[in-house]
Amino acid sequence: MFQVIKYRKIYYTISGVFIIASIIALTLWGLKFGIDFNGGSTLEVSYSIRPELNLIYDSLKPLNLSDLRISPLGSNGAVLRFKETDETIHQNIIKALVSEAEKNKIHIEERRFSSIGPTIGAELRQKSIKAIIIVLLGISLYIAWAFRKVSKPVSSWRYGVVTLVALFHDLVIPIGLFAYLGHFYGVEVGANFIVALLVILGFSVHDTIVVFDRIRENLKRYSDMDFASLVNRSIGETLVRSLNTSLTVLLTLLALYIFGGEGLKYFILTLMIGIFSGTYSSIFVAAPLLVTWLAIINKKL
Amino acid sequence: MTSGYSPDKLLRLNAVLKVRIIVLIIFIVAVAATFFVYPSILPFKLPNFLNIPFKLGLDLAGGTRLTYMADISGVVDQDVNSAMSGLRDVIERRVNLFGVSEPVVEVENAANEWRLVVELAGIKDISQAINLIGETPFLEFKESIEETETQRILNEQKAGNKDYLLLDPYFKPTNLSGKYIKNANVVFNQNTYQPEVSIQFDDDGSKIFEELTSRSVGKQIGIYLDGLPISAPVVREAIGGGSAIISGKFTATEAKKLTERLNAGALPVPIRLISQDSVGASLGQDSLKKSLFAGLIGFLTVAVFMILYYRLPGVAAVLALLIYTALVLALFKLIPVTLTLAGVAGFILSIGMAVDANILIFERFKEEIYSGKSLGLAIDDGFHRAWPSIRDSNISTLITTTVLYYFTTSVVKGFALTLGVGVIASMFSAIFVTRSLLKLFSTAFLEKLPFLMGINKKI
Repeated sequence: MFQVIKYRKIYYTISGVFIIASIIALTLWGLKFGIDFNGGSTLEVSYSIRPELNLIYDSLKPLNLSDLRISPLGSNGAVLRFKETDETIHQNIIKALVSEAEKNKIHIEERRFSSIGPTIGAELRQKSIKAIIIVLLGISLYIAWAFRKVSKPVSSWRYGVVTLVALFHDLVIPIGLFAYLGHFYGVEVGANFIVALLVILGFSVHDTIVVFDRIRENLKRYSDMDFASLVNRSIGETLVRSLNTSLTVLLTLLALYIFGGEGLKYFILTLMIGIFSGTYSSIFVAAPLLVTWLAIINKKL
Repeated sequence: MTSGYSPDKLLRLNAVLKVRIIVLIIFIVAVAATFFVYPSILPFKLPNFLNIPFKLGLDLAGGTRLTYMADISGVVDQDVNSAMSGLRDVIERRVNLFGVSEPVVEVENAANEWRLVVELAGIKDISQAINLIGETPFLEFKESIEETETQRILNEQKAGNKDYLLLDPYFKPTNLSGKYIKNANVVFNQNTYQPEVSIQFDDDGSKIFEELTSRSVGKQIGIYLDGLPISAPVVREAIGGGSAIISGKFTATEAKKLTERLNAGALPVPIRLISQDSVGASLGQDSLKKSLFAGLIGFLTVAVFMILYYRLPGVAAVLALLIYTALVLALFKLIPVTLTLAGVAGFILSIGMAVDANILIFERFKEEIYSGKSLGLAIDDGFHRAWPSIRDSNISTLITTTVLYYFTTSVVKGFALTLGVGVIASMFSAIFVTRSLLKLFSTAFLEKLPFLMGINKKI
């Protein structure tokens, strides 16, 4: 039989390494917040043939935009980022870009323009944090309630707490990854990132619940079995399901990643990492933690 | 539900019939939903009330979303609500001038700020729209000055007296301004059929207007927009009751123009554009096409996996998913749910969750078979035992979507709504549809073909 509980320390270590790396990345570099959170403007344009980025940059010099950054998008597009601005300046930028493009006989099209005031950004940040905390609390309270009839050998609120730990695990790892991506590749996080984190929470808790649910059932069925073997058995019995589910979700996400357009790339990447880590945590972290916790309680007695 | 493995033959026949009827109903509903979702495959046209298009959000349809902050510092606390709804009405009227289909104008109260959100789908000249919406024109009514006074001011101005240069020799300000106007519209005179402009004042405005007109019988009243005169009608009599008519040799266009200006002047609170998001129509279409294509590929991959791995139950699950997709899309049209890019992502994810429910059931079913149960019993127990996991996990997802819906901003809301609707429908699909489809086959038939059920064991 598949041995998870026996080697749980190895699995904890793997998780621990990733979590510590993520926390270090986060404290060293922090997240690079996009305009959704900080306020600012982005202008997305597409060219028939994209000129050199520094030519675009030079053509906008007379406008004296503060914090202007230009990055390529796809094969023919470009994204311009600058400070929050008003409609007049936006129109001036478009004029400058169009006249530069016409000089070189290429076609330019404005695809998207967003300008977000700093108060809206601050509000989104506050709302996101609030939403994540409420989701975490809501889910762990629900689990504590759903397992209320389970009291031996581990009482139901501990299932809730362990779920919380697993969810923390699944949030920290993608956040750490984006601290890394932000520092080295300039990847910014926006409102989509928060959505992705919340979806990860949802999926990860699915996996965790399925394993816990099996533990609950097996506790009734094999009342003589010791808890560690019972948990191990429950993990084994739900393993194929957990893997198959994650596989189908990852297949869908992979399709979205490859064919779903530039706008959603990092959103999908966050989801893939999170779902991978969520599957790992529900098999190798959440349920084994119940066993570890029981061992600690027993030692104290 | 009656079980198909009852020893009583008559009962079994009944049960088979019941399953067939249920499956038939499911298919009829699914086919109806498909036609509702995708009416162009029908050879005839659906009646108008059934021919509802999908509501596409700005990021898919192309368009602009403008967020304004309202400066309510000049409004007393208890009047804020009515001032904001007044503001909404004014902006709505202005926005309607663009001829955009279904413009959205909403008041939002967030973080101690009052905001006005304007969504214009498929608009070309955004910059003109912004200019028109954003102006806070100031409309004021002025009364005529005594003729002697006019003469005196004109003389002084001719003489070059600096103190008089900026004075208006004809009109002086009153305290009647645009904020007292409830509404202005074009009416046609019953006798002359000439277009006229009718103005309605609110209660305070009516009183001020009555005083003003009683002072000015036979004289002109100047109506100024942003300091420029737009009309100077002569008062025939004192006007009470808060309703006035401006008649004159208007053409219909002139009358309309004047009402627009009068309404424009009624903007009760100044607004400032704090955020803008504009998506070109081509980008929207690109995103929609790409995400639908990705969804299709994702669906096909999952379908292939499910059928290869789970065989016949896999086929049932894929059918159930197709039915699920048709039903959810029909729900999106009916509710209606505004589909955004994030919303489409939420929907595709909900397909993933629907698959999960099926996998849970099938894995459970296999376990029950290997533990020595008969096929019919194993199918029933598989559904039965998988249910608590499906329920608990979906409830936790619904907790997430509810929180997202109530605590976040509109981008996230779209996602939460589609995911939430999808999750509820997926429970129905997995439990009811897949199960009914599997029950369609007699257990005796399936027991002969364990391969079809994905089982490596003789039953």
